[in-house]
Order: sequence, then structure tokens, then C-alpha cells
Amino acid sequence: MQLIPCPWCGPRDEVEFHYGGAAHVAYPEDPQSLTDEDWARYVFFRDNPKGPFAERWCHTASCRRWFNAIRDTATHQVLAVYRMDEAKPVTS
Amino acid sequence: MSLYRLPDRGRVDRSTPVTFTYNGSPYTGYAGDTLASALLANGVHQVTTSIKYGRPRGIMAAGPEDPNALVQVETPFPEPMLTATTVELYDGLVASGLSGQGRLATEPDPARYDAMHQHCDVLVVGAGPAGLTAALTAARSGARVVLLDDQPEAGGSLLGTTELIDDRPALEWVEAAVAELDSLPEVRVLSRTTAFGFYDDGFVLALERRTDHLGFAAPEHLSRQRVWRLRAKHVVLATGAHERPVVFADNDRPGTMLAASARTYLHRYGVRCGQRAVVFTTNDSAYQAAVDLADAGLEVAAVIDARPQSPAGWAAECAERGIEVRSGHVVTGTTGHERVIRAHVAQLTDGRPQLRSGIGCDLLLVSGGWNPAVHLFSQAGGRLSYDDALGAFVPSSSLEAVTVAGAARGTFQLDGCLADGGEAAQRALAGLGRPTAGGTPPRPSAAHESAERPLTLWTVPDPDEQHAGATQFVDLQRDATVADVLRATGAGLRSVEHVKRYTTIGTAHDQGKTSGIISSGLVAQSVRAGIADLGTTTFRPPYTPVSFAALAGRDRGHLHDPERVTPLHLLHVAAGADFEDVGQWKRPRYFPRAGEDMDTAVLRECRAARESVAMMDASTLGKIEVEGPDAAELLDRLYTNLMSSLKVGFIRYGVMCGVDGMAIDDGTVMRLADDRFLLTTTTGNAAKILDWMEEWLQTEWPDLAVRLTSVTEQWATVALVGPRSRDVLALVAPELAVDNDSFPFMTWREAMVAGVPARVCRISFSGELAFEVNVSGWDAVTLWEALLAAGESYGITAYGTETMHVLRAEKGYPIIGQDTDGTVTPQDLGMSWVVSKKKPDFIGKRSFARAENQRADRKHLVGLLPVQRDILLPEGAQLVADPQIGPPPVRMLGHVTSSYRSAALEATFALALVKGGRDRIGQTLYSTVGDELVPVTVAEPVLYDPEGARRDG
Repeated sequence: MQLIPCPWCGPRDEVEFHYGGAAHVAYPEDPQSLTDEDWARYVFFRDNPKGPFAERWCHTASCRRWFNAIRDTATHQVLAVYRMDEAKPVTS
Repeated sequence: MSLYRLPDRGRVDRSTPVTFTYNGSPYTGYAGDTLASALLANGVHQVTTSIKYGRPRGIMAAGPEDPNALVQVETPFPEPMLTATTVELYDGLVASGLSGQGRLATEPDPARYDAMHQHCDVLVVGAGPAGLTAALTAARSGARVVLLDDQPEAGGSLLGTTELIDDRPALEWVEAAVAELDSLPEVRVLSRTTAFGFYDDGFVLALERRTDHLGFAAPEHLSRQRVWRLRAKHVVLATGAHERPVVFADNDRPGTMLAASARTYLHRYGVRCGQRAVVFTTNDSAYQAAVDLADAGLEVAAVIDARPQSPAGWAAECAERGIEVRSGHVVTGTTGHERVIRAHVAQLTDGRPQLRSGIGCDLLLVSGGWNPAVHLFSQAGGRLSYDDALGAFVPSSSLEAVTVAGAARGTFQLDGCLADGGEAAQRALAGLGRPTAGGTPPRPSAAHESAERPLTLWTVPDPDEQHAGATQFVDLQRDATVADVLRATGAGLRSVEHVKRYTTIGTAHDQGKTSGIISSGLVAQSVRAGIADLGTTTFRPPYTPVSFAALAGRDRGHLHDPERVTPLHLLHVAAGADFEDVGQWKRPRYFPRAGEDMDTAVLRECRAARESVAMMDASTLGKIEVEGPDAAELLDRLYTNLMSSLKVGFIRYGVMCGVDGMAIDDGTVMRLADDRFLLTTTTGNAAKILDWMEEWLQTEWPDLAVRLTSVTEQWATVALVGPRSRDVLALVAPELAVDNDSFPFMTWREAMVAGVPARVCRISFSGELAFEVNVSGWDAVTLWEALLAAGESYGITAYGTETMHVLRAEKGYPIIGQDTDGTVTPQDLGMSWVVSKKKPDFIGKRSFARAENQRADRKHLVGLLPVQRDILLPEGAQLVADPQIGPPPVRMLGHVTSSYRSAALEATFALALVKGGRDRIGQTLYSTVGDELVPVTVAEPVLYDPEGARRDG
């Protein structure tokens, strides 16, 4: 069982966390002005890279805070974690 | 003393004889024996017959790697699939051999199983020479150390040998080491504990067998087995190595055994495994077994060394004892039935065995080399490489905070193991930033120097060329042979993983500990590839079998999942309610009276609600309080309809959708104050909706000043339903104006009800005049009993979830999650009215405009009335247009989502999702009921009181 470093609580067992998919996918400013295709891109399309991936996690079973993490999808290694209001760090 | 038990050797307790029964015969052994050592001491080699061919099979090893000796234990509690080599003997043990398959107990297991969590600086797996040195070195520095070992006592390989450390018998050094470890406060030594899984970040699972070895004497208060969940900053793997055999024809005859295992039986258990032995080897290690057995009085007829040259030092030792050494020879086969009686020996010339001769023996010892036990290392993601000199796979990559020491990394000599352990601990301590304390490293006796490298020989060519490989067993438990491997490669398979699945080699209880690499080697030979390139099959947890009972631990029965009950639960139990699980909640489903089944009880409860008054415990409804200056703004963004316009004192129904426009929950919203709302969710959705709201608040709209609080448990809620509900409420809330003008539909009032403070809502989930009375959980019983008493003259009737479902379905109110499945929009539910056209945006709005959401043939929620009015459609039944079902694929129009008997309609009815359903109203469709198709009429979803006349009483 992996340890995930919560930026608020420190390293905790992965079962305490809830996965939230890709990070930095902002809700569109004005959804009504988007074409169907652009809206569908927001709703349904996500990157699925092999390697470092910025994603959202929530420390559900503890502080209940959402945060961002950069995780290597090939090794599961968490390369960085940062709070929602922090800029994406440069890893690698 | 028997012929096979030596009087002066071994660590068994001769003062404690133990009687046991095997395959129906009584035997005697000693405390400290395993079932296998006790059987061997009684001259019993055959433990069972094989699963496919019914061939006699014996004990091959002395540890968990044994592929053969599967037994069923009957006492004190039946347990299948244990290995005789790991079952510790106890008085009254009854066991029998298994042909590959065991039998689970039919009665419940009375034993307890539990789990422990432990954190440490250094976890050492294996208490052999390397592991003990590592643990000592780490512990002396003050580190928190856990040392695990699967045996009843520490020592590892030293338990089965005669080596010296610091000029004393090695086991004296072991004893002193364990005593020192036990004296240190930060050290925990766990014996009978097998590390079976190594996961990420130093997380190791281990199984401790706490009372198995006590048999009938096991104290009841102790858990039988315990799973240790260990988290270590550094893990030292000192897991040792497994000896592997060489494969030859009829290599499965009882009496054929791994050489070092026979040595272990001799030194550790004082058991001589036979009277006349032949030793077949490809490396030096088996010579020690030959010499030790000869010194113990066994006749060793010959050492057959496949290498062209035998090691000079060992050859001399053999000569001293009159043991013939035949180098350049191999064992090609055996004779015998229940026991080997002759080994067939032939010279190996250019890889071909020449003319064979027989050597009589009742014990055939084999050594094909040693496989480092890399299982845990590999599980943790470590890479392996093939070591040509050892003929084995060894750890090749480095894992962070993991060190492999001793035989587990291919260091087989004692001096190397002792040095390795110390270095591993130093590496761990350096990583932890701890200095290493002093201490003299242990010094072993000198080992035999050898110039002869081990020979890698997977299999001896089969002299029977007609049926080559047919009796050359690779995986004895699976009865899989060299011929099977060749059949696999002949079928074009190259991957060792594919060959494993094709032949089943390595899939039994032992997971190929002795056979896996032989299979890889054979595949490599057969497809002319390098074994280094083919690699091994994947090592997966568990290292040894772990029972589900142990994994479940205390999480069994009613402890399996938390049970949530309302403050009224005990009253419901006393009233004889039949309960159903809704999420983790226990909810009364119906309240049967004497002689009633569910249908009868529900019809009665429904009539009471529609004709007089009835009440239900609705406390499980999810309740979330939303507070803050931006509370109304948040709700406007999340609900499809407008909430900010709701006035204090009023209630509004609302639906939430995902960004894809699909309904995810519905409920009511009460405005408690300008900046305070209380919303309700579907019982099973409360946590999910709180998560959903928090997610948007934290990730998209952190600028909104809103707090969310789950208040589900703070409030007990009783629904008071029916034309007489107002009269009953008036009796228990004399100060509350309950008439329709003072207290209209979809408003709430604070009032004293039954003498306790309450929040009363005029909400209806049945279409009847109804109230929901919310009180503190502490006051729930007072409220419930007061309502029962006040309603007595009206025949007030408690009802459960089943009646609630019938009442709501009669009104066409959907349950999100039952009548929807994540592909249903509010419009599909016929609830366009709940979707705001004024709000510029809310979650889901943009998706409603997608072409897919505009299709005329989307599935709509409709009512169904079976033409034959008493047929109850099964929920989930498919609907078709034509009763003449042609060949598949048959076009399905939808399915039944809810189906009940209605007292009010005096008929059965259903809700269904049907393609273009609203355009089919009045049409006849057909629904499956068992093997039949029955006609049903599509109807509006609101089947009862469609004009809403009953709402205000």
C-alpha cells in the first residue's frame, strides 16, 4: 500500500485518499458559448500519459482537502504534491 | 528409538512424546517435530497420491517449498491444503494426504483472527545468519527493529547444519543473538510469522500463526492467526534460498528428496530419512549432506556428480567414509513403486547418457542448485537477472530503502551471509541517518574451498525416447512433466508466462518454488533462447498460502461493515420490523402483523397512508447544512433549478446533475436563514453528495464563502402521512397552526411537538397530505411514541421502505439510482420543470443542449400497467415491441425500474425507462416474466391522483 504525502497531513496510506482525475482542467468560463465539440472535450476527454501526470486527489478519510499531485503513471511514484492554489511545480 | 530416529541428534523434545494419526494409522513423534519429520521418523515417505496420474508421492523438502506433501488436517478444526513440512506436530493431530484438493469445513470456524499495525525503522525478514546479523546491527544502534521468521525458532539454515560461529555451535550464537534482541525495548521478534507480501513504500504483510501449533491446547482467548501490517523505513530481505532438484524420469517416487532437506531432517529433527542413500548433485552443497548422513550411520552408496570433475576436498571426505563418487554421471531414472528402490545411473557423454546401471537405495537425494528466495524483492518491483555461475535469478536492481542480504541475493557461504547482514543493516542505518554502534562481527568456521563451479542442469535426457519426458515431473503437485513443457513450446509458446498457463506449472500451493525456474530453463532450451532473456514468471503475493479467515480478521459477520441505525432502531426491532440494508443503514422494510407476508403487510400499510394516517422513520435521509454568505450562490450553481429565490421558511425540491447533465441526486432544500440552508439527499447518496459539493467548493470555487456540514445524525425525522396526519399533528403540537393557510405545502415551521423542539416540514413523498417532523436524535423516541399514541384512534400505522416505495411510485416520483442509472437527465424523467431557464449556467446545463440529449428516442420514465392486472413485472425485465421474438439480436426498448402491487390502484404497476416512452403512452409493449412475454400498457408515470388533489388534505 502506497504512501501519499498529503500537503496538509503528511504521508498517509493510499486507502485514505480518493482519486479525482486530471488536474488543471478548469470549468469553462462560459460553457454556453462553447461548441458541442469543445464542451464534450471538457466533459469527456482527458490525457492518459505514461509518465508524470498532474492529477487531483482528496484526503477523504482525514482532512477532506483536495490537492494536486504529480504522479508517474508508470511507477505510481508521487513526484510532487501541491495545494489547489499553488502553481504546478516543475518536476523532472 | 526407531530405525529412523537418532537418539542423540535434533532439537525435538524427547521428553514430550506426541501421538497423532495419519491416513488412519496411529504414530508417535515428539514436540518440535513437523508432521513431515514425524512421518519420516516412522519410515513413512509416501504421504499421498498425485492429482492426475494417481502416482505415489512423498516428502521432498523440509519447508514451505515442498510441492508434494499436501495434507488435510481434521483436528481440532478441519483445514485443507496445508503442507506436512510446515504443520507443527501436536498431540491428537489427525491428518490425511491430499491429492491436490482439500475439503473446507462445513461448520463455522470458532477461532478468532485479528490484525496488528506496526511501524519500524528496520524490518528484517528472515532470522537466519544474515537476518540475525542485520537485526543485531540495527538494534544495537537503537533503531526500532522488527525481525520476522516463519519458523518456530530463529536460526534459518543453521537449524539444519553443524556449522560453528565464534568457535561455538552456530545455534549457541543464534540463542545469544535472540536473547540480546529480546532484551532491547525497541525490538520485536516474531517467530512463526511469514512475510507474504511486500508492497509499496516499505509496506509488508505478514501472517503470524499464534496457536496452530498448540492444537487442542490452544487458549480460546488468543487469536489463532494474526496479520501484521508493517510499515518500515527500511526493509532487509534475508529470505534465504530454496534448493531445486534436477528432473529425471520417475523423479517423483517417494524417497526422492532434496539433499539439504535430508540434512535438515537429520540435524534439526534427528531423523534419518532412509537406510541407504544415493546422492545426485550438480554442485558442492550436496556433498555435505552425504558426509553428514554417512556420519549419522546411513549407508551412502554413491555421490553422482553431473560435473566432469568432482571437487577434490569433498571427494577426499567421501573417500574417507567409503562413499563412491561418480563424476560425469547422472541419475536417469528410478525403480520402485511406493518407495524408490533403485537409482538408474549412467555416464553423461556429450550430453547423452550412456549405458545405465542400477544402485539399490531407499533414499535418493537430489540437488540441482539453489534458487535465491527473491519473491518479496520481486513483488516490491525489484528486477532480477540471471546469474550464469549460480544458474539462478538474483536481484539486480536496487530498490529504495530495500536491501537484500545473504542467500536471498546468491551469497551461499556462511561467512558471506554474516557479513552481508551487517552491511545491510549499516546501509539501512545510513539511510535513516543513524550511526552504527560497535560490536565484533561473528566469525564462522572455515568453509570448504572449491574450484568446481556448479553445473546448471535442468533435466537429464530421458532414456525412454519413445515417451520422452512423460514421467519427468517438473511440477509434482500439478503432475506436469517435461513432455508437457515441450508440448507447450511445440504449440508455439515462447513466453514463460504462457507456458505457465498452458502447463499449469507453478500454479499450485507452492507457486513453483522448486519448479518455476526449471520450467523457464526447459523453455529456453526448447526454443533455443537464453533463459536470461526469457526471465521468470511474475512473483505475486502471497509467498505462501494465507487463509481468507486470516485476511478477513475481525471483519466478519456484523463487523464486516459498519451498521448504522437510527435512534428509533430498538423500537422497530421491538415492533417486529423486517429490516433491509440501505447503504450501511438498517431500515425497517415493513412491519408484519401476525400471519402477514410482505405483500399483505405492505398493502395494509399503503391503505393506512392513503386512507387515514401512517408514519415512517425517515431519519436516514442525508442532511447537509450549507451556511455562509455565498450559500445561495453555491446551491444555484449545483441544482438545476433556482434556489436563491427561495424565501426563509420555505422548501423547494431540487435535482443535481453531473457536468454531463445526468441526474445524480434529488431532494429538498429548506431555507433556514438568508445565509443558511438545509438540504436532504437520497439515503444512500449522502456521503457522495457532500463529497460532490466539497469538490466544487474546493477545486473550482474556493472564492465562495460557504461551509458544508453533514447533519444526518443530528436529526431524527418522522414522516407523518395521510389524510388524518394534520389531525394527529394538531394533537401533539397544540401551539402550531396546522391549517392549510397557516402552514401551506412546501413550508416549514419551528414548533414544540410532543413537548420537544421540532422543525416541521410540509413535504410529501406520497402525494398525500403529509408532514416531516425533525427533532434531535435524543428526542426521537419521545416523538415516535407520542405520534403512535395520538394517532391510535385513527389507526395510525408504522410503515417501512417498501410501502414508501409503492406510495412514491404510484405518484411517479423516481428514486435516483433505482429508476435512473447515470444516463438519465431530468428531461428524461419528465421533469423539465425543475430545470431553470433563467439561470445563465449551472452544473449540467450545457450538456442538455448536446445533440445526444435532444434525441427523440432517448429513454423516458413512464408508467407500465400489465394488461393482466395481477402480474408483477420483475424489476430489470426487458421490454420489446413485438411478442414474436425473432432471432437475436432482439431490439430492446427499455427495462422495468420499479414494480409493485398497488392497494390504491387495485392492480400491479411499474415504472420503466422506455425509448421514446412519452410518445408511446397508450401503446402495448411486452415484458419478460420468466420465460413468458406479457403485454403491458405504457402510461403516464403519475398513476395515482394525477391532479394532486390529495396534497392539502
